[in-house]
Amino acid sequence: MPKLSMTTVRVYVTLKPSLLDSAGRTVAGALQKLGYNELHQARIGKLIELQVEEYDEVRIKEMCDKLLANPVIEDYTIEVPR
Amino acid sequence: MKVAVIRFPGANCDQDAYFSLREDLGIQAEYVWHEDHSLEGFDAVFLPGGFSYGDYLRCGAMASRAPIMAEVRRFAEEGRPVIGACNGFQVLCEAGLLPGALLLNAGQKFLCKDVYLAVENRTSLWTRGVDKILRLPIAHGEGRYIADEDAVARLEDNGQIAFRYVDASGARTDESNVNGSAHAIAGVLNTKGNVLGLMPHPERATKALLGSTDGLAIMNAFHLVASNR
Repeated sequence: MPKLSMTTVRVYVTLKPSLLDSAGRTVAGALQKLGYNELHQARIGKLIELQVEEYDEVRIKEMCDKLLANPVIEDYTIEVPR
Repeated sequence: MKVAVIRFPGANCDQDAYFSLREDLGIQAEYVWHEDHSLEGFDAVFLPGGFSYGDYLRCGAMASRAPIMAEVRRFAEEGRPVIGACNGFQVLCEAGLLPGALLLNAGQKFLCKDVYLAVENRTSLWTRGVDKILRLPIAHGEGRYIADEDAVARLEDNGQIAFRYVDASGARTDESNVNGSAHAIAGVLNTKGNVLGLMPHPERATKALLGSTDGLAIMNAFHLVASNR
């Protein structure tokens, strides 16, 4: 019997804070041109939604380490499903 | 002597590499599909440029996990020659065969132009005896080389920095570092010196008709491999 209910796990991948995010800088520049002078920085990351049969932290971490994030340049956080 | 030109879906410099090797260098080359599992009968590997897997997730991320890469890894670890240009460089970094990573150019723009390179290592298979500034084409949006300071220091100590972006006179300036790479690094070697990754395209500069033959300085390594067989 296939499992009908799936669990959605969200993984956020972000560029390490020490690295210049040139895409984010472009977006910040555009927002400042629109008059949002209070803005100092914008950084762009990725949201990856994974639908799995059940949440298994070890397996999800493995997916992040093996493919979803590059530890040289990125950090990731896993949003544990409620 | 036969070179494997690895083909990933989305590669677009595979034919440039193939024709450069065959027509301009007179070296046998054959395409190897990314889903293949063998490099049997090949003496060197060329990982070409392009946009493998649409550059989805990160440049080179998916390609570096393709089935043929297990074989490329074994080949590289045996000390046999592997070169990756542009997307090929990104694939080698993502595969962990070279240190560091490549990010969106500091100036955001996709850069398609000629650059000048200082040859920093002149002893590796790929750079042996090259004693001039090279003019080679680049064509990339994500070529900003990044490695942390400790990693760069190790590269420096081990002579693993192959090329740096310079101006025509060989001077390093903010302008000559076209994509904002750490320490103006344009190409790196592994510790053994048999694996080279670089953002510029030597395979696009092996025919005078196409503007430069400076790529031969690097591509001639394939002749060295052939003569040492």
